[in-house]
Amino acid sequence: MTGPHPPPGFLDSASGQPLNPAALEAWQVAAEAGWADPVRLYREGRRAALLADSAREAVGARIGARPDEVHLVADGCLPALLRGWLAHSPGRVVCSAVEHSSVLGVADAAPLGASIIGVDRVGRIDGMAYDAALPGASIAIIQSANHEVGTRQPVEEIARACSAVGVPLLVDAGVTIGREAVPEGWSMLVGRAATWGGPPGVALVAIRRHLHAPPFDLPRAGLPAALAAARGLEWADDHRDADALRARILTDRIRASLAARVPDIALLGDEDRVGYLTALSCLFVDGEALVLGLDRAGYAISSGSSCVSDLRRPSHVLMAMGALTQGNVRVSLPFGVSDETIEGFVETFPRVIADVRAMLDVDDLTTKVTDE
Amino acid sequence: MSDLPRADVRLNERGHRCPMPVVSVARAAKAAPPGTVIAVTCTDPGAASDIPAWCEMRGVDYLGSHTEADGAISYLVRTR
Repeated sequence: MTGPHPPPGFLDSASGQPLNPAALEAWQVAAEAGWADPVRLYREGRRAALLADSAREAVGARIGARPDEVHLVADGCLPALLRGWLAHSPGRVVCSAVEHSSVLGVADAAPLGASIIGVDRVGRIDGMAYDAALPGASIAIIQSANHEVGTRQPVEEIARACSAVGVPLLVDAGVTIGREAVPEGWSMLVGRAATWGGPPGVALVAIRRHLHAPPFDLPRAGLPAALAAARGLEWADDHRDADALRARILTDRIRASLAARVPDIALLGDEDRVGYLTALSCLFVDGEALVLGLDRAGYAISSGSSCVSDLRRPSHVLMAMGALTQGNVRVSLPFGVSDETIEGFVETFPRVIADVRAMLDVDDLTTKVTDE
Repeated sequence: MSDLPRADVRLNERGHRCPMPVVSVARAAKAAPPGTVIAVTCTDPGAASDIPAWCEMRGVDYLGSHTEADGAISYLVRTR
């Protein structure tokens, strides 16, 4: 089975990427054999139910969970999961300031409030403050790695601290599942199938049995999507070591090359980051003009600059880090990205930045770099 | 805040979106002699991160901020 071939210039896998071959094949199979309602007792229904079971089993085997702990649901249900947990077990939430904004929204409204723990300049939480906030909390939440800058969080240390004081830990592994090993010690785990080349709109929620959690009212993914997500995860898991190694080399090359060739840029995040994702910001650059300029040149990236967001606010992640928010670029490599795409990007980027800065007439303010 | 020094130069960047407030303060800083205190008043929310980040990239001292009567925020910097 050959790997996926993302379109040339596509560098926004954190938002979505082409289905990997196993996901695509499973989608087709499930659409043909699994169209029936799986709760019905006739043959077609039983066949659909068997396929649904096999999807949960496959996912469980890859993340270290029992099949009955695994749920394949509609993406975006993390707030509903959290609200459901807080209704069952009202109390304070502990989380980082760089969680998904939807998580922070629920945390802020939690019955006994939230302890929102700050991060340092590279986006890593203050572990001591996090641990200190745990006693008495209803739930703790941490991302395995950040969705905008890639910085990893010390999940397994946090898990030990949570376990010591009996606070369940929800790990948001949306950025890492299928591209890195699943961290140990979670009580609840969430991920997005798009991260591993599964279909868009599908999420994984796993809940440990020992939590005795109430049944959460989460919208289930349709069977073709669920089965495609499961087979896609197997494919990604089998290929992730080679992918992660190569992706890290390529994002390191992007960072080094742009730092040397583009004046006045800030590389964001930490050395300890998820390998396929990296971010930087550029002084005196309008983020929207940058995204559109790169698009015209054939490169798809996302940005956390305020002018690119719907709310016209800069990314809360960059603000929490105290990082430069203008001219922000997040690059996330899809599975199967070509060397040509990376080479082309590092060639094109300095030219696009120069064009955008020329529009603002800031040549006199920009540091001069000698071209290699 | 009373412990912030008086500004020698005041820039009104109300209503100007990122990256213009930083462009404006950078231009003023370039023209000013060392030790000049510049106040830049902004409504762009990104300025809270971007003005201190620019100071760090350029070796300019970031002195702090205060909120004006209309809700805009003034950031003070001192050139070196």
